[in-house]
Amino acid sequence: MLNRLLDDLRFPIGLLFSIFAAILLVMGVFSPEVRDGGVNLNLFAGAVMGAFALFMLGTSVLAARSAGPEK
Amino acid sequence: MHLSFVDYAIIAIYFCFVIGIGVLLKRKVKSSSDFLGGRGGHEAIPLWITSLSFISANLGAQEVLGMAASGAKYGIMTAHFYWVGAIPAMVFLGLFMMPFYYGSRARSVPEYLSLRFDEKTRLLNALSFAGMTVFSSGISLYALAILFKVLLGWSFGFSVLLSAGIVAAYTFTGGLRSAIYNEVLQFFLIVLGISPIVYAGLRRVGGWEGLKMQLAPVMTHTWQYMGSPSDNPMGIGLFGMMMGLGFVLSFGYWCTDFLLVQRAMAARDMSAAQRTPLIAAFPKMLMPFVVIMPGLIAVAMSNMGADFSLPLKADGRMDYDMTLPTMLSHFYPSGLLGVGLTALMASFMSGMAGNVTAFNTVWTYDIYQAHIKKDASDEHYLRMGKLATVAGIAVSIATAYLARSFNNIMDLLQLVFGFVNAPLFATFLLGMFWKRTTGHGAFTGLLAGTTAAALTHGLTVAEGKGGWLGASVHEFQSTMGQAFAIAITAWLVCFIVTILVSLFTKPRPDSEMRGLVYSLTERPAPDPSARWYRRPYALAGVVLAATIILNLAFR
Repeated sequence: MLNRLLDDLRFPIGLLFSIFAAILLVMGVFSPEVRDGGVNLNLFAGAVMGAFALFMLGTSVLAARSAGPEK
Repeated sequence: MHLSFVDYAIIAIYFCFVIGIGVLLKRKVKSSSDFLGGRGGHEAIPLWITSLSFISANLGAQEVLGMAASGAKYGIMTAHFYWVGAIPAMVFLGLFMMPFYYGSRARSVPEYLSLRFDEKTRLLNALSFAGMTVFSSGISLYALAILFKVLLGWSFGFSVLLSAGIVAAYTFTGGLRSAIYNEVLQFFLIVLGISPIVYAGLRRVGGWEGLKMQLAPVMTHTWQYMGSPSDNPMGIGLFGMMMGLGFVLSFGYWCTDFLLVQRAMAARDMSAAQRTPLIAAFPKMLMPFVVIMPGLIAVAMSNMGADFSLPLKADGRMDYDMTLPTMLSHFYPSGLLGVGLTALMASFMSGMAGNVTAFNTVWTYDIYQAHIKKDASDEHYLRMGKLATVAGIAVSIATAYLARSFNNIMDLLQLVFGFVNAPLFATFLLGMFWKRTTGHGAFTGLLAGTTAAALTHGLTVAEGKGGWLGASVHEFQSTMGQAFAIAITAWLVCFIVTILVSLFTKPRPDSEMRGLVYSLTERPAPDPSARWYRRPYALAGVVLAATIILNLAFR
């Protein structure tokens, strides 16, 4: 399973963006900074990156599972 | 600009991931074709990856920083570089040219020239392309180092060696596949790292309607001010735009540049190779909203008298090149600032890695194997490919230092490469669609086209540039207008000279050109049961319709 995931580019992409999302969400919640434009951009971008990361991780895990057991 | 620990941590995490991808892919590199590309060796790369890599290879620093700068300078007209200067050529590549590149079993664009014409045409193209890629890579490095010196105070040498070292680490270990995989990662990083500027900026100026109120009308229309070159800030008329950018330059770049075509050639089969540029066209047509829009927003905010202004150059004019970094600094808090800067670094690395992987392929297959050592083992060529990767990066670093000492050398190099590239599309067009075209015709046409380009530059002037032959016969409104005229002239001269010389020289027999020329190649019958997005022509129709809608919406 892990080998399949590592072969699938969606997995590292999802992993990287989930780390970025976690950092931005934590910054957005615990150290909120609203600059010009009137929006907490860390929180906003963290949420968008989190959703994207979940999508990439989810589809890579589903693809690895549907491929069946490794030989 | 001040970075916090979190920003540095984000940059470090990104570096670990790109190197990690290279290390993970190292185990898949067993032959020269695994490392350099070329079908038969490597495992199939999925279509969505080749497609995103196709546009990401073009999403270098010049694109990301340059388009934001052009957006600030010229307005939404800059979108012509996408909706006129890219999409139609990508459709043409997918429908009409990929069948020959892929079907001929050539491993590179110069190798196609060898199969279709002869070795001298291949060598001319291979040498100019190899030189162009390593110098372009060096220009990228130089620009990155200057940017980070201004923004973060990093030393020139540190920025150059850090970036080049990371690109070397993942291209040396994983080869073309590693470059392609990292380009996809970099694509998402660039889009997700820069889009928040557009979101916050549009909120600040009151959306698209608010933006239009703050800008001159010419800044928010793509076509309405194209009647005369003097009507728009680009200084381009309708003919120059359609013929210069929309035909010669865009088709010359998107259809013949091996750096891009290599990504499509890495696809699993002919259908996927054809659909690679077509699928890539969808995100490409939306990229203006990510890379150009920040430029418009920056000017609107400056006009609003808000606490925002673009920095000025020493001569008092706006420094448009600093548009994106200034917007990052203005809008992004610590955390997202790290992501935004990482996106900028990603764009530099993406451009550099693309150039290096294209260089090592052309060097190994089209220069070394074809002209220096013909019958060595595959292991030998794999070693040579790796050596070429290191050498390419070393020359890039040397070029960056050279540019630091002699900035004009970069302008000169880009100019000379422009002369070489401009006529190339005429050679391919005739070679693929007119079986009478001969190798002597192609070679002579290329040389004549390049000479015509140089003469046009030497005999015309724009913004004080050109006219080095002494007598100026015409003055253009802008250097862009001059560049388009040079491209048109070079293309026409190459086209005509190739035809004339071909008519007086002996063509190759038809039997040798099957799979290389349109009229001599059987085309696979379309599968009517396949869904529309699996059929190249249907996909192309949707792409073109969407592009027309965008042009009409912002006319």
